[in-house]
Amino acid sequence: MLRYAIKRLGSLVISLIVASLVIFACIEVIPGDPASFMLGINAQPDTVAALREELGLNASLSARYLSWVTGMMSGDFGTSYTYRTPVAEIIGERLWLSLPLALIALGLTVLVAFPVGILAATKRGSWADMSVMGATQLGIAVPNFWFAMLMVVLFAINLRWFSAGGFPGWENPAAALKALTLPAIALALPQASILARVMRSALLDTLSEDYIRTSRAKGLTRRQSLWRHALRNAMIPVLTIIGLQFSFLLAGAIIIENVFYLPGLGRLVFQAISQRDLIMVESVVFLLVFAVIMVNFAVDLAYAWVDPRLRGRA
Amino acid sequence: MRNLIFGLTLTAIFALGAALSFLWTPYDVTVLDIANKLKTPTADHWFGTDHFGRDIFSMIMVGARTSIAVAIVAVVIGMGLGVPLGLTAAARKGSLLDEVIMRGNDLIFAFPSLLIAILITAIFGPSAINAIIAIGIFNIPVFARLTRGAALSLWTRDYVLAARVAGKGAVRISAEHILPNLANLLIVQGTIQFSLGILAEAALSYVGLGAQPPTPSWGRMLADAQTLIALAPHVALFPGFAILFTVLGLNMAGDGIRDVLDPKLRVER
Repeated sequence: MLRYAIKRLGSLVISLIVASLVIFACIEVIPGDPASFMLGINAQPDTVAALREELGLNASLSARYLSWVTGMMSGDFGTSYTYRTPVAEIIGERLWLSLPLALIALGLTVLVAFPVGILAATKRGSWADMSVMGATQLGIAVPNFWFAMLMVVLFAINLRWFSAGGFPGWENPAAALKALTLPAIALALPQASILARVMRSALLDTLSEDYIRTSRAKGLTRRQSLWRHALRNAMIPVLTIIGLQFSFLLAGAIIIENVFYLPGLGRLVFQAISQRDLIMVESVVFLLVFAVIMVNFAVDLAYAWVDPRLRGRA
Repeated sequence: MRNLIFGLTLTAIFALGAALSFLWTPYDVTVLDIANKLKTPTADHWFGTDHFGRDIFSMIMVGARTSIAVAIVAVVIGMGLGVPLGLTAAARKGSLLDEVIMRGNDLIFAFPSLLIAILITAIFGPSAINAIIAIGIFNIPVFARLTRGAALSLWTRDYVLAARVAGKGAVRISAEHILPNLANLLIVQGTIQFSLGILAEAALSYVGLGAQPPTPSWGRMLADAQTLIALAPHVALFPGFAILFTVLGLNMAGDGIRDVLDPKLRVER
């Protein structure tokens, strides 16, 4: 297990280095001069020169890359060009909305998908199974930001149960959670549909295994063999999907935040794009990619821990 | 079979609508008619009109072009690069090349297409081409992994062994024996990625990273409708249904094709 973990850690570090190089290259190398890009076409040459100096663009490429990476490691993401405050500070603030939103959506996804998927698999072919399959088919096809808009019309404009958007801040946790309810449901809908289907088919696979028949033959009830044997073995594909879904939820949060006018990472990055605040864009994208890579790493380690057979394949 | 017919019918309706829009639409989508703005559906305007008085039905027909074109080209990019990469990795299993290809795939997987689109847009500005590139890049590892996985099991078959004994090289075996046996799988995955591409394009143009005005696109229409949602919710209704039914149709067609091409999978479902 330790050998596997070390090997996997090695590939984690390589992934992070390559990802940071790709992002750095996209933002700082390809488009030419970031300073004149940020200031627009009408900028005075001496303004551009001053900004180049301020951004440290006169140093060599490799020096700039190293200072960006080492800065990030010590929590220094640079200074935002438009806000004139440290990028890390702004991102930290916004993260307090996007991360809880993605986590609540992940919780909802699991809470809905597990019972529904288990029900569909154990009652295979019944009307319950059919309606689960039909509903999830729809859930996968619905664009979640459109579903969010429909919920705003119904629950905010017509019924007035929720506000149509905005965020009151975490000083009032109940109001904050209420503001995140509709966005989290919208985010969770397609992912819960996918996960319910994965759960169902994974469970159907394990339920047809010989060891389930054996467990039934030795006298376990259907329920007991389901909980003790089938479900545990079905968790491997389910966990993979949950790991992947977290990254989709984080990225999806960027879009859903737009529907509800939530001041999260998504609004931040779109503002940064329109204001050409490249340092901000670079940092937010790297942070999200970093999160995805770390989650995948954690999922892989969790597998190897659960299933010793996987440790061989690093 | 029912899935396949229903799915293909839905898909065909939107494909035909898009094709027809090149020749004819009920109204010209580039002409503004402010006097008739935000009309609810009538006999004249089947789906009503938007905030510029443009006919929503016509805009959905024209918007279908954008969605379908972006999603198809993205699938072509994904297949065109992903399948050869997967075949190469499988043919050279365990080699350094295999390792590099697969780790490269893992890396791309860490960049959801939205993030790629954000990066590209930050540099080149938003356009439909960016959406195609972003979705296409994300499709590459999907096809590469699928191809490699399926090709690996094919490489152990007796007919591949026979071909090797007959002196065929890895490239010829991949092209003549492995690829034809993957066709079914690739068609089904292609349909799935096509439908995901439609969803992704809608999301990207909704946040302004995709097709730019005046090109109508379903996501853009929803973004415009959002500001007026309290006033005229019907404007947001129809583009959303267009996305929903296209994606639903493609997904059901994909399921149906899989059932027809590979009856073994039907039993397991």
